[in-house]
Amino acid sequence: MSLKKKISMTVNGVHVNTEIEPRRHLVDFLREDLHLKGPHLGCEQGACGACTVKVDGQIIRGCLFLAVQANGCVVETIEGLTKSGALADLQESFMRHNAMQCGFCSSGMLLAAAELIEKQPKASREEVREWISGNYCRCTGYHSIVNAIVDVLEARAKGQKIKPIIAHA
Amino acid sequence: MKAAAFDYIKPKALSDALSLLEQGGDDAQLIAGGQTLLATLNMRLSEPSILIDITDIDELKGISVVGDKLRIGALVTHTEIEDSDLVAKHAPLLKAAAPHIAHRAIRNLGTWGGSLAYGDPAAEWPACSLTLQATMVIHGPKGERKIAAQEFFIDLYTTSLEPDEILVATEIPLASSDQVFYFHELARRHGDYAVAGLAAVAQKKGNVLSNCIFTFFSVSSTPVMAAATQGIVNGKALNEQLIAQAVCTVREEIDAIADITNSAEAKTHLIGVLLERGLKHLIA
Repeated sequence: MSLKKKISMTVNGVHVNTEIEPRRHLVDFLREDLHLKGPHLGCEQGACGACTVKVDGQIIRGCLFLAVQANGCVVETIEGLTKSGALADLQESFMRHNAMQCGFCSSGMLLAAAELIEKQPKASREEVREWISGNYCRCTGYHSIVNAIVDVLEARAKGQKIKPIIAHA
Repeated sequence: MKAAAFDYIKPKALSDALSLLEQGGDDAQLIAGGQTLLATLNMRLSEPSILIDITDIDELKGISVVGDKLRIGALVTHTEIEDSDLVAKHAPLLKAAAPHIAHRAIRNLGTWGGSLAYGDPAAEWPACSLTLQATMVIHGPKGERKIAAQEFFIDLYTTSLEPDEILVATEIPLASSDQVFYFHELARRHGDYAVAGLAAVAQKKGNVLSNCIFTFFSVSSTPVMAAATQGIVNGKALNEQLIAQAVCTVREEIDAIADITNSAEAKTHLIGVLLERGLKHLIA
């Protein structure tokens, strides 16, 4: 007996119809079936935040959500959000502050930071630290990441953009 | 690790979910937000043969005021509670507690009812539901029944919910204007399970607190109310001496159990610390 279920969803603006086993969680589906390697799989138990993606406009843990649960949903990953420019100033700020080393946490960190900026545009440094406490970074010691996010919050409050570190030709 | 294979079904009606649950017996497992369940599936600590996804059932959704009660549907997420104006007005303790639950990405999916039904002694909602004297609304094959939060939490991860029943909602008396509350938990990292926590409410008149309820969590096999301590504080002018007496009593009253990293002695100490901070906050 096949346990496969038919599902359809929108992933980064593209409509996807497929059949999958219910046990497949969303990140395995995105990485293995759709070859979107931006969301990373770290702990697979909801602790590290590397698998953060957006479902219906909210960040979730991709390892704690089944692909069948995403049936009918709008899914966005770092790939789609980079292309749309939604994360552009955060990404510039992360580069300016060297807020990454190995980059494993970066996609999750950026998506979490984007939701903070949307929901709490007046967040204090302490609130930034609390918010990203759900995302592990084993390289930077977090200070550069917090600095990068705080800079974007301050720039947005003044109606400014983060100046690109690399001049685009 | 990857979850073992299972089937998956998503009924739209509560009656269908109840029949599926009855048919499935021990092999069936409800899923709402799945923020605990998915981790246990991934680790193969749990291997159900069928998951019944209840998130399409409208009767389990929404926050509303019904008469003199705030009704919170079982499917309401932690984020919805955190962002709700109705909750902020009528059950401010819950709004204060919500940000302590894990992290935003988890709060966006995890549910009020899921947390209550799971009965984790370290979780925030069971303690808050006790403090706010919530009533659990439960549906089963025999229809609806209601039970007080105080009767609901029986033991470690054990509630009075029968295997063929579904928690539908809870009803919480609306907060009165003279009610004050305090929520705090001590954790190594924000969002981690608390080493010890306190959810408290009281009525305040001048420097006198009455109808106090102090519920401590993450210190025993269920959240625990400090009845003797409440009795000491109720109706008396709260001063340094009374606070000291209450702290002493609460440390004797609550029989803390050690967890994997924290001793019973440490928890007992923290119970007193939390109460002292709580009382000072409530009276301020």
